[in-house]
Amino acid sequence: MPGLGTTVGRGGATTSPQDLVNSDCILIMGSNMAEAHPVGFANVVKAKERGAKVIHVDPHFSRTSALANLYVPTRAGSDIVFLGAIIRYLLENNAYFHEYVANYTNAPMLIREDFQDTEDLDGLFSGYDQESKTYTDHSSWDYQRDENDNPLTDPTMQNPRCVLQIMRRHFARYTPEMVEAECGVPQESWLQVVQTLVENSGRERTGALCYAVGWTQQSKGVQIIRAGAIIQLLLGNIGRPGGGILALRGHASIQGSTDVPTLYDLLAGYMPQPAEMLDAKPEAQHSPTATTWGERKDQHVHKRTQQTLQEYIDVAGMKLGWWSNVPSYIVSLLKAWYGDAATAENDWGYHWLPKIIGDHSHINTSYDMLDGKVKGYFLLGQNPAAGSTNARMQRKALAQLDWMVVRDLYEVESATFWYKGPEEVDPRQIKTEVFLLPAAASTEKEGSFTNTQRLIQWRDKAVDPPGDARSDLWFIYDLGKRLKALYADSTEPKDQALRALTWDYDRAEPEPGSRLLDEPDAELVLKELNGFYVRKQDEEGNTNTYGFREAPHVPAFTALKNDGSTACGSWIYSGVYPEPGKNRAASRHSDGGTNLDWGFAWPANRRILYNRASADPEGKPWSERKKYIWWDEEQKKWTGKDIPDFPVDKAPDYRPDPKATGMDGISGTNPFIMKPDGRGWLYAPVGLKDGPLPTHYEAAESPVHNALYKQQSNPAAKFHKNRKDNRLASIGDPDYPVVITTYRLTEHHVSGPMTRWMPWLNALQPSLFAEISPELAAERQIVHGSWMVLKTPRGEIEARAMVTRRLQPLRIRGRVVHQIGLPFHWGFQGKSTGSIANDLTHSVLEPNVSIEEAKAFTCNVRPGRLS
Amino acid sequence: MLEQRGRESVSSIAQGVKQLPQLLTLLHKETPPPEEPALGFFTDTSLCIGCKACEIACKQWNQLPAATPDWSGTSYDNTQHLGATTWRHVQFIEQIERRIPAGTGQSAQQTSSTLPKLSLFQPMDSAEAIPATPPGTALPFFNSDRWLMHSDVCKHCANAPCQEACPTGAIIHTEYDTVYVQQDICNGCGYCVVACPFGVIARDTGGDGQAHKCTLCYDRLKDGMKPACAKACPTESIQFGEVQELKKNAQERLGLLQEHGVSEASLYGADDKILEGGLHSFFLLLDEPEVYNLPANPARPSNHVLPTSLGTIITALLMGLMSIFFFSNKE
Repeated sequence: MPGLGTTVGRGGATTSPQDLVNSDCILIMGSNMAEAHPVGFANVVKAKERGAKVIHVDPHFSRTSALANLYVPTRAGSDIVFLGAIIRYLLENNAYFHEYVANYTNAPMLIREDFQDTEDLDGLFSGYDQESKTYTDHSSWDYQRDENDNPLTDPTMQNPRCVLQIMRRHFARYTPEMVEAECGVPQESWLQVVQTLVENSGRERTGALCYAVGWTQQSKGVQIIRAGAIIQLLLGNIGRPGGGILALRGHASIQGSTDVPTLYDLLAGYMPQPAEMLDAKPEAQHSPTATTWGERKDQHVHKRTQQTLQEYIDVAGMKLGWWSNVPSYIVSLLKAWYGDAATAENDWGYHWLPKIIGDHSHINTSYDMLDGKVKGYFLLGQNPAAGSTNARMQRKALAQLDWMVVRDLYEVESATFWYKGPEEVDPRQIKTEVFLLPAAASTEKEGSFTNTQRLIQWRDKAVDPPGDARSDLWFIYDLGKRLKALYADSTEPKDQALRALTWDYDRAEPEPGSRLLDEPDAELVLKELNGFYVRKQDEEGNTNTYGFREAPHVPAFTALKNDGSTACGSWIYSGVYPEPGKNRAASRHSDGGTNLDWGFAWPANRRILYNRASADPEGKPWSERKKYIWWDEEQKKWTGKDIPDFPVDKAPDYRPDPKATGMDGISGTNPFIMKPDGRGWLYAPVGLKDGPLPTHYEAAESPVHNALYKQQSNPAAKFHKNRKDNRLASIGDPDYPVVITTYRLTEHHVSGPMTRWMPWLNALQPSLFAEISPELAAERQIVHGSWMVLKTPRGEIEARAMVTRRLQPLRIRGRVVHQIGLPFHWGFQGKSTGSIANDLTHSVLEPNVSIEEAKAFTCNVRPGRLS
Repeated sequence: MLEQRGRESVSSIAQGVKQLPQLLTLLHKETPPPEEPALGFFTDTSLCIGCKACEIACKQWNQLPAATPDWSGTSYDNTQHLGATTWRHVQFIEQIERRIPAGTGQSAQQTSSTLPKLSLFQPMDSAEAIPATPPGTALPFFNSDRWLMHSDVCKHCANAPCQEACPTGAIIHTEYDTVYVQQDICNGCGYCVVACPFGVIARDTGGDGQAHKCTLCYDRLKDGMKPACAKACPTESIQFGEVQELKKNAQERLGLLQEHGVSEASLYGADDKILEGGLHSFFLLLDEPEVYNLPANPARPSNHVLPTSLGTIITALLMGLMSIFFFSNKE
């Protein structure tokens, strides 16, 4: 999400799968869309039928490649060379969309004189601290600024310090020859890709980009996404129909889980969780500036302490752009959570929010568990014993807990690790007390899903869950009620947050047709997320005060205030439930076009984000064919096929006063309203922990040295080097010469906790297999259909050998590099069992989002089985 | 109800005689439902993404048991064939060419050690730098490497060999002109199994022993719903509808693909040639039928009846004549 958040403003897909049918070209990279998102892929097939060109760039030939016009095999982990060369081509051949780039991106901005590029420092940007292995000083990355703190620009984009020229120098060595040598992609194939992209952009045509975890699960994932987004900005493809970037999310409501959210470093609506740095120079692993939003200010403005609301607003808010509204959103959030206990006098209860003191992401928490720092663990629909990276370490970590609650449909691997598994386990030696509670499936509970395109869709309950199975909402609600009862009389300061917490979602009337009497009312939760008036003036001018249940709903986030008169659980969801009886997430009207009455897409039901960019700077559509949102001169407002993602009455010729603040500081030609300068960021002056421009680094495990820089891999990545269960193969390690990547099959879902219990699905894909090329098979005497062993420094697994030409050896710098493809759906529980692919993966984490690198690492193979 | 009445008739003959006319009505043949337009499938393999949703939708709607899991190693096809409890089957055919691994073999380090000289003040209007390739013609419709996917199903032949072979009349053409096995009449003889030139129908040897195959979701059709597989298909690779309409669509689709340069595309079973009458469930293929395990010219077993019967008669006559001749000679 910071990849997109930093570049264009919001950490979500800029478009929807349905809009792909308007594309003229669809580039799918880092995604096996046909297999992992078959229903969304139907739109790609439709687009192709309408004449769009579909390109798939991937290490293995999948069902996605089979439908593409062009499939380009590439080396896993070399994406930024491939994309960087496209950026260079666009810049050097003037093949970018000039008007769009000059007006809507930060290409003309001047960067500080003391900024040093990776070309100057051989793979590092200025500001790197060798001791802590992080970029501790981001100040040199910033814009040159005038006396009003506004960035200096050169509209001609000729100044050597302007972003465009810095990019030209940065990407100068990302040549077609480099692509051929490093990615193993013949120059002609690469050129075919670029030409197709260029032909299908401009005023008349648009192209879309689809990616998924093939990009995110790399130690430089955020920068790969940035590179993709830069290409889309240069081609003028963002904010326009058939354009954009589709971040394909891997589970139902994975987008929702970051919107509301369940992440440790975010509050609702992408406001950061307050942090408290304990050390002036934190270790890379323990830096609390990790933010999924990517909007946190860097060192020169960062306040180390965020103990008061004002200090928090100084860090999380912004002077310019939409984020200037943070005070309204945070106060409304605190009012939603703490109700009457939140007052102006007590900072709206801000001090009750927990402050993060380190990296509490999933993998780091597992290590803390291993070190005995974590005592208890709730697993709700999560299966780390098979589904998380370095799964052997995960199982060891679970064994260090005092207690663990697993809520799932079946007895998954994580609930059984204490008596079963690939290793010898002695239940007498494991102290963890495991509580396995039955959960309701999606058809057995009401609620909502927020999918890939930020679309909130309400889901009705079809049947009661069987036996004691209950919804997750019921579980959390009941747990909260019990905790509140437990601390009801406490006078200890640390318990006051729990006491102040509003917690009232009981049904007013029993659910019709259900035998369950204590399931909470999910629509009440939705009301809180949407927001409501705590105080409101009626027509006669009397101010009324309301309780949660009878309070009028707020119609949109523009109604939220910082004076405690409104409450809102997640500002971006405002408008989803604008009045009683009008749950827009449950609306199902299809008009065959933008489908504005099908569900509700945050923010404000906008389907294509930054859609001001679908019109030229004067507000006219770029072309009749790609008409979407435009300025209506007569009505003096923005209008079109979607909800404008722009102040609806701000004229294109509006120019801000140099001293203006908030949204007043955003010009009528700046479509990226979440950014303080209103522009798409080709170059990110703040917000990222590994540099302002995408740079090629090899994966943490790679068969080759970095051909571009002395710096081998992402200098800011969290390596966990001192962990004995996270040994890495060295560069070009002869013991681990084969590149391996993992992926999904259509027939199963993630580590299989839902699908491997289904006999029909098991019959379709009954066994773990590894896909290897005939060349590698011959070299290692592995016979098709027989067993083979895969080995990394973390572990060994066995799989059936699928010898197929769909995998092909690549020639990298004159030498042959083999690649293996490995689905990761199996484990030791269920009706279809097999080795755990994640026993091979390591726990080197991306610096911005702490995501593991499961899509590019190295291994070795031999015929036979594990003894 | 019949049982009830039977018992009553035993208890009282007089009553039984009274009810006789009513009992006789039960033996009357019910008038068949009115003829409907012929319905069928057009399975367009050029749109198939191999997701197998059709297989699962079929199993779920018809409540068919799962096969014993068996990893076949035949690409992604672990279903292997149609059968008594598998009425949709997705085939996977890999056609991947092998080229010499890419790359010049030259080390990039040598070429990239010095920074290429760039003019930093290049004019921004030289648009001729983009090589001119006419849009839309640069890329072929499919990769040269192919992974063919094909959802196989009962062909619902206009003149179905299985129906001809069925000695009990269990296999019929329904009012939708689909081929249907009446399970209460099938005696499990298996003649239909050998008669089907496509290997579609099979006996459920692990279950009731009777012959089973795709019903084109007869029960759903009665309620005005699409067959489950067509409903589940995300890419409209499986199209359901009136056969006449589908055949028209198929011709148009073929023309479109050929326009796109997919010259190898062809229709299978869309004309009346196959099995003298054509198939009501037909296909668009991207290679020769044999590649998909479909016979190019499927044989109708009943075609052999006349020649082989004639042969038998002639042989019998000859043998009779010879024996007469032989015995008369002996005398």
